[in-house]
Amino acid sequence: MRKIDTSVIEEAVYRAARHAGVNLTQSCRAALENAYATEDEGAAKFALGELIKNSSVAHEMEMPVCQDTGMAVVMLEIGNEVFLEGKPVGEAVNSAVKRAYADGYFRKSVCDPITRKNTADNTPAAIHTEIVPGDKIKLTFMPKGFGSENMSALYMLKPAQGVGGIIDAIVETVKKAGSRPCPPVYVGVGIGGTFDGCAYLAKKALTRDIGSHSERDDIADIEKRALERINALGIGCQGFHGKVTALGVSCEWAPTHIAGLPVAVNIQCHCVRCVKEEI
Amino acid sequence: MINLTLPLTKEQVRNLRAGDSVSLTGVILTARDCAHKRIKEYMEEGRQLPFELKDAIIYYAGPCPAKPGMASGSCGPTTSARMDSFAPALLDCGLGGMIGKGEMCGEVAEALKRNTAVYFAAIGGAGALYGNAIKKSECIAFDDLLSEAVYRLEVENFPAVVAMDCHGGNIYR
Repeated sequence: MRKIDTSVIEEAVYRAARHAGVNLTQSCRAALENAYATEDEGAAKFALGELIKNSSVAHEMEMPVCQDTGMAVVMLEIGNEVFLEGKPVGEAVNSAVKRAYADGYFRKSVCDPITRKNTADNTPAAIHTEIVPGDKIKLTFMPKGFGSENMSALYMLKPAQGVGGIIDAIVETVKKAGSRPCPPVYVGVGIGGTFDGCAYLAKKALTRDIGSHSERDDIADIEKRALERINALGIGCQGFHGKVTALGVSCEWAPTHIAGLPVAVNIQCHCVRCVKEEI
Repeated sequence: MINLTLPLTKEQVRNLRAGDSVSLTGVILTARDCAHKRIKEYMEEGRQLPFELKDAIIYYAGPCPAKPGMASGSCGPTTSARMDSFAPALLDCGLGGMIGKGEMCGEVAEALKRNTAVYFAAIGGAGALYGNAIKKSECIAFDDLLSEAVYRLEVENFPAVVAMDCHGGNIYR
């Protein structure tokens, strides 16, 4: 049994939040540079160039790379040999988010769903915990903007629709979103599980590096085929028409019921921000 | 690149075509979801708005707080389609145009034509660049809405693209 005080989690979340609000992931920055090199002259290439410039300015001036500093998505994979001491883990995470969003001059974007009154400190965070083997804690912090979150969808397909149906669902979601989610997008896909679990798989897929592929060959093939078809749509950066509509497609899977084939498509804009730390 | 000083004359608006790259200098006002809901309430109740709508340019944006020594925090555009249902009424009241990101609906295109107004697309996600183009920022209405309040921004060389013009031109089509 390893004792960990939740103040250690709090400090890790704080550091992760401060870094994530300002910096794109390395794989995102590389994918944008790739897209810029690929794109023909025109409005889409111009916009990609500005986005690359923007990420450098944000880093140098330590200001948010996008003003939508998102809802704080926090995933904690906690080893079963860990004993947590101190304040409750949710309280520790929310305290870190509150401080990081104030100290970082980040926007507070969380509100009541009915009255729309802003909570004024960007809490509560969306916290997911999983118990895993071992005596460590794996923290993933991802600020999630909602221009892209709004364009996400979940489908309960028929098993007979199979791989073709899965790819159609992914491509159709991106097509329907068009210019609105800040393309080029990163597409996280959940395949299988239950209604709720499938959506979580899609969110987890977005925490993978852009360009990484599933260890399963058949799933990796879905990722590649979906990306090819998305980029054939021609939506391009900002909807200004071009070759690059998505930077990547990542799929996570889980076994599902014999009667169903859930597919969740979580859209992430080109501003991929994600920090991982092991405690 | 076409350099434009705000407010725009109708003559200038008529000369703009979807796809034109522009650089804007002058005053713009921010308003997004909650501010629009409130503007609509003011209009329905026949109350006078706390700011002038005529010839104004509304920027669909909610900025980050400014760091000490800066006029504004990061301030890129938000998705304009959420304001689709509000924009035509505002244009009919004299609004000169909007800045946002992504396509707006057919009713907005008609209202742009009817009122000789223009919809510009800013580059979504370039929050830090736009924050630096803002030289002065002041909250002028609905301050209880925090980042969704109406801010009066003085901008210099604010890059945008004409997305939907007053002749029915649409960069997304």
